[in-house]
Amino acid sequence: MSGHEFQSFFPESGSIDYADTASSITDATVEEMRQIAARYPEPRSALLPMLHLVQSVDGRISPRGIEVCADVLGITTAQVAGVATFYTMYVRKPGGKHHVGVCTTALCAVMGGDILLDEVSEKLGVGEGETTPDGMFTLERIECNAACDYAPVMMVDWEFMDNMDPVKASAMIDDLAAGRPVQSTRGPVLTGWRNTERLLAGFPDGRADEGPSAGPASLLGLQIAEERGWQAPTPGEIAAPVKEENQ
Amino acid sequence: MTDLLTPVLSKNWTQERSWKIANYERTGGYQGLKKALKTSPSDVISVVKDSGLRGRGGAGFPTGMKWSFVPQDNPNPKYLVVNADESEPGTCKDMPLLMASPHTLVEGVIISSYAIGCAYAFIYVRGEVAHVIRRLQQAVREAYSAGYAGKNILGSGYDLEIVVHAGAGAYICGEETALLDSLEGRRGQPRLRPPFPAVAGLYASPTVVNNVETISSVPSIIREGASWFSSMGSEKSKGYTLYSLSGHVARPGQFEAPLGITLRQLLELSGGVREGHELKFWTPGGSSTPILTPADIDLPLDYEGMAGAGSMLGTKALQIFDETTSVVRTTLRWVEFYKHESCGKCTPCREGTWWLVQLLRDFEAGKASEGDIEKMLDLCDNIGGKSFCALADGAVACVTSAVKHFRSEFEQGYHTPAWELFPYGRSALFAKQSEGAHA
Repeated sequence: MSGHEFQSFFPESGSIDYADTASSITDATVEEMRQIAARYPEPRSALLPMLHLVQSVDGRISPRGIEVCADVLGITTAQVAGVATFYTMYVRKPGGKHHVGVCTTALCAVMGGDILLDEVSEKLGVGEGETTPDGMFTLERIECNAACDYAPVMMVDWEFMDNMDPVKASAMIDDLAAGRPVQSTRGPVLTGWRNTERLLAGFPDGRADEGPSAGPASLLGLQIAEERGWQAPTPGEIAAPVKEENQ
Repeated sequence: MTDLLTPVLSKNWTQERSWKIANYERTGGYQGLKKALKTSPSDVISVVKDSGLRGRGGAGFPTGMKWSFVPQDNPNPKYLVVNADESEPGTCKDMPLLMASPHTLVEGVIISSYAIGCAYAFIYVRGEVAHVIRRLQQAVREAYSAGYAGKNILGSGYDLEIVVHAGAGAYICGEETALLDSLEGRRGQPRLRPPFPAVAGLYASPTVVNNVETISSVPSIIREGASWFSSMGSEKSKGYTLYSLSGHVARPGQFEAPLGITLRQLLELSGGVREGHELKFWTPGGSSTPILTPADIDLPLDYEGMAGAGSMLGTKALQIFDETTSVVRTTLRWVEFYKHESCGKCTPCREGTWWLVQLLRDFEAGKASEGDIEKMLDLCDNIGGKSFCALADGAVACVTSAVKHFRSEFEQGYHTPAWELFPYGRSALFAKQSEGAHA
């Protein structure tokens, strides 16, 4: 156990980049923030969606974004920064056009996620948390994204890319880089990470009807039940006394 | 005798554009709401109590009882908060439900809100699932347009606002009090209990927090009756539920069955463990539930059956690992997850998960020392039960159960790297394209 000297180990921690003061936030952005705040009984509840909106405009959590959130909600910039640095979806450096996530939590890692992350990293020529020099892709190692029956999973712009392998991932990246349409396996055509951030702020993009109802794994049990004629009991056929009918 | 599979929540998922309100209504949607609004809120709670519905998010607390804890004489507003933060490793049931049939949840939200007397309901969805959020946002708008939400719902005089709220990446926000702090616009860190959310939850007001699947089960219970629901399942674990099979199985997927089905039965339906391989270990309900072995595959997958085996039903996320898989590597990756997701509030969890990772990396690399197993278990003893919330308990459960069932594999970590004992490429579905360092 030698070599285990005491150290703090939170590599993802770090402050907002206050040196970079660039911002594209306008009065219209501020007005949209007020709309978000109006959805809630107490305005501070709007902070998370407001920070998503900041990212959709500035591509990161900008110092100006922090100030504006604090101003709209009547809280301090320290309170806003404290929240912005807690959640992993908020980024300190400008993100690329497409956010590329590779799941490497245990099950995906074992099924091939570790290999996939290596391959995608080599393909893009960047490491985790880095953005390609052309600003097209930001690569991130992500945690379990609730699609384990489609492992190994990637998320691009937080849309599902199910049952991935290095060949599919490479082709997908080529298509995105060339501006060819790429559709999520259970979702819409990808239009970029900032658009997703705007959706998360609560502003619909009119694309809810794209994509299927469900993927094949989601339907497996249902299809087996249909093939075999299995179903939940018919209510009229329950013999037991029905308590609520006596009330 | 009920059938082996009983699709209720998933029944409409193959319908054309199943996420649209008109298609949901065509398959019986919103009939439960209409029925509920003709009875009193306390009658709705009684039906849910009588049905035996228990929380589907992991803990298994009786839903009707939770609702009845909301003090109706409290002058503050009451709130319903749906936990759609589905992030427990292995868990993948709520997201397909919300994508295919968001109205099932929305109808459940309206009925449940009516039952507890709340005028403001929130659906807290993890942020990393854009398309699920789109479908939910649209479903809520459609519900308003149809007169199922907003003012004077269906002429009943009952008013309800529903807000879809996206999180921002934090497993801990699936813990109900951390979720409430997050929904208040703060860092998602668990609160000390008591007071419990039923008394002082969102904005220090009475609040019910329930999982997506729990609330989504309510419309069918109201529509078809408590005894219909309780005619499915086992003695103390009533009703149907979604089981999620993932990992080294021939066909992974979702299976909706009465509580009490066994892993053997589910494996038979899914074509078994992938061809040429055999089951080594599995989780019954996500990585926070102690792992089980092939000896356990005939146990009923219900709350009591899993507790009796020293595990938990959890989220019914059955992660299947075959004989190619290193237990040490898998445990390390789970604990790395908990270390990453520890909110940092409680010292035993924040520091302890970091130290567990250091020890497990030594085991994986074949560089652990004699006595490190005992040291790791001692560490677990100082983490589990000594923090505000169950994240710490989940982190140690996967370690202690792995050591219990596969101690010799950890002992091999005193001299041999896990990737030599279990070459990692054999567990993967594909090989690395170009040669490089081991993953």
